[in-house]
Amino acid sequence: MTKMTLREAITDAMRVEMRLDPNVILLGEDVAGGRGGSGGEGEKSGGVMGLTAGLYTEFGAERIIDTPISESAIMGAAAGASLTGLRPIAELMFADFFGVCFDQIYNQAAKFRYMFGNQKGAPMVIRTMIGAGVGAGPQHSQAVYPIFAHIPGLKVVVPTTPYDAKGLLIQAIRDNDPVIFCEHKMLFAEEGEVPDEAYTIEFGKARVVCEGNDVTVVGIGRMALLAEKAAIILSKEGISVEVIDPRTLSPFDMDTVLDSIEKTGRLAVVDESTPICSYASEIASIAASEAFSSLRAPICKITAPHTPVPAAPNLEAAYVPSVERIVAEVRKISNYKSKI
Amino acid sequence: MQLSRDDLREAYTTMKRIRVFEERMRTEFQKGEMPGFVHLYCGQEAIATGVCMHLSDTDNIGSTHRGHGHCIAKGCDVKDMALEIYCREDGLCKGKGGSMHIADLSKGMLGANAIVGGSPPLAVGAALAAKTLKNKAVAVAFIGDGASNQGTVFEAMNLAVVLKLPVIFIYENNGYAEFTGIDYHCGAVDITTRSRGFGMPAVKVDGTDFFAVHDVMREAVERARSGDGPTSIECEALRWYGHYEGDPQAYRSKTEVKEIKANKDPLEIFKQKVLEKQLMENVEFEEINSLIEKEVDDAIKLALNSPVPPLSSLEENVYESY
Repeated sequence: MTKMTLREAITDAMRVEMRLDPNVILLGEDVAGGRGGSGGEGEKSGGVMGLTAGLYTEFGAERIIDTPISESAIMGAAAGASLTGLRPIAELMFADFFGVCFDQIYNQAAKFRYMFGNQKGAPMVIRTMIGAGVGAGPQHSQAVYPIFAHIPGLKVVVPTTPYDAKGLLIQAIRDNDPVIFCEHKMLFAEEGEVPDEAYTIEFGKARVVCEGNDVTVVGIGRMALLAEKAAIILSKEGISVEVIDPRTLSPFDMDTVLDSIEKTGRLAVVDESTPICSYASEIASIAASEAFSSLRAPICKITAPHTPVPAAPNLEAAYVPSVERIVAEVRKISNYKSKI
Repeated sequence: MQLSRDDLREAYTTMKRIRVFEERMRTEFQKGEMPGFVHLYCGQEAIATGVCMHLSDTDNIGSTHRGHGHCIAKGCDVKDMALEIYCREDGLCKGKGGSMHIADLSKGMLGANAIVGGSPPLAVGAALAAKTLKNKAVAVAFIGDGASNQGTVFEAMNLAVVLKLPVIFIYENNGYAEFTGIDYHCGAVDITTRSRGFGMPAVKVDGTDFFAVHDVMREAVERARSGDGPTSIECEALRWYGHYEGDPQAYRSKTEVKEIKANKDPLEIFKQKVLEKQLMENVEFEEINSLIEKEVDDAIKLALNSPVPPLSSLEENVYESY
C-alpha cells in the first residue's frame, strides 16, 4: 500500500498494466510530453495534467505515442488497432472534445461486436477528463458521461477515489469492449491508500460510501465526495444518510440502489451533468418503476442547470451541485410528509 | 507484367465474381426481398482486385458502403456474404450488419462502413498495430472520391505520415459523391495533388485497368512493408450504376453510362490485353464465367432459403459481458 493521489493512481495503473501486457499502448496529444520542437529529445512532461509522466521514459516511443491534434484519428487508430491485436489506451484530453471524434467512438468502436456478429469487440480505453471547478468555461468543463452511457456497446466508468481509479482502470484495459474512463479534474489531488500491485474492480458494483437509514443519496463521481460531506453534516441533525458511489454508469449497479431505497424509502441523486436525459433521470426513472412501493417521498434530482458551464467562478460555483445544496435538498425529502 | 497464368486466372476470376455477384444483387434487389440498401461496385472491379491480390489474410482493409467488391477481393466467401446481405442467421455478421457492414476479421476485412470517411482512421489503427507488433502486415483504406473530402480522412493521412505507418490509401474516384460530381465537390486540382500535400507519394491510375492498379500497388506495398510509410493511389473508374440501387441518376447523362460500359469495362479491357498477348485462351474465360455464374446462383439460393436470425439474438453480443 502506498498513499497516493488519484492522479498518481491513474499513472500507476497504466504503468503496472503496461509492464504486464506488451500489447497495451497509449496514444494521445502530448502523452509523451510533446515530440518535435526545440526542447531536445527525451521526455519533457506527461501531458497537460502530468498523468502520463514517466511512461515515455519507461516504455519508449513505440508504446507511448504522441499524436497530432486529431481526435478522430486518435480514436479511430485506437479502434482499428484494437481490432488487430493491441489494447490501446487513447487519451481524449477533455471529454468536451468528443464532438470532434464521436463517429469513431459510437458508430465504429462501440458497434463492432454487435455489427460484426460477435467476431470481436474493441478492447480499448478512452481516458478523458471531465468536470467543472477551475473556471475553464463552456468547452473544457462538462460532465458529459450521460452521452456515452446512452450508447449501447460502450462502458462508462466514473471513479471517485484513488483506490477505485487504479482498480477500475486496470479492469478497463483488460475489458474486451470499449470503455470510457472519466477522470474528474477536481479529484486529481485526492489522496488515498492504493495497493502497489495490479488489481481489478468489477464493473457494475457500486461502493457504499457510508451506511444510513433515512435517505439514499447516489453521488456520481466527484458528487459522491460532496454527498459524503453532506451526510456528515446531516447526521448531526439526526438524519441518517446512505451514500452510494456507483463507480460505473454502464453497467450500472441498480440492485444496490434499490436495496438501499427499500431500507430508506427516500432517494436523491447528485449528478454534475445537465438535467435533461442525465444519469440522474435514468436512476430516478428506474427507482420510480422498480421501488415504487418503497418510496415515501418524491425522488430528488440534484444536477447542474440546463446551461453550458460558465467560466465566471461565482457562476460556476452555482452551476455545480454543492454540499450546501445537497444538505438542503436531502433535508427537504427527509422531512417530506405524504398527504395521503 | 510479372504475373503468372495462375495469377491472371485468379485476377479474372475475382473480377468476374464481383461483376456477377453485383449484377445479381441488382436484379434481386429490384424484387424487393432484400433489406436495406445496396451500393453496387460494377465498373470498379479492377481496383479491389488489383489492390487485394497483393494482400494476405494478415493484411487488413477498411472498406466503404460500396464494399461488396472489397469483400470478394479480400477473400470473403460469396455464400457468407449473400447470407449477410439478406440478413440471415448464418451470415458473416449473424444478420446484424447487412450489406453496408459486412466484416470478416479472419480475412483481414475490417468491415464495410456506412459512414463515409469512417474507415481510414481504422485502417491507420491496423497499420499502427502492425508496426507495433512488427508483423510486416500492411493496411489498406478504400476511400471514395466523396469521402476524400471528410476531415477523418485528412486526419488519418496526416497521422499515417507522422507515424510512418504501413498503410495505403486507395482512392476510388468513381466520379460521384452520391449525386454530386467530382468536378464540383473537390476543391483541389485533384485528390492525388491533395494527398501529396500530406507528405506521401501519391499517384493516379486508370482504375479500369487491372494491370495499372496492380503495378502501382506492388510498389506501395513494398514501401509499406519495408517501413517507408504510406502511399496514396487514386484510381479513376466511373461507376456503372447509381449511388444506391434504385437511384434514378438524374445527375448524369445516359450517354455517359453507355459510353463507359462500351469502352471502359474493366473485365473486357483485361480480356483484350490477355488475349492479345496470348496469355490465356478464350475457352478459359468461358470456363471461369460459367463456374462463377453457378457459384453466385448457389449463394443467392442458399441465402433465400436460410433462416433469419432468432428473436433471441436481438439483445445478444452488445458486450462480451455486462
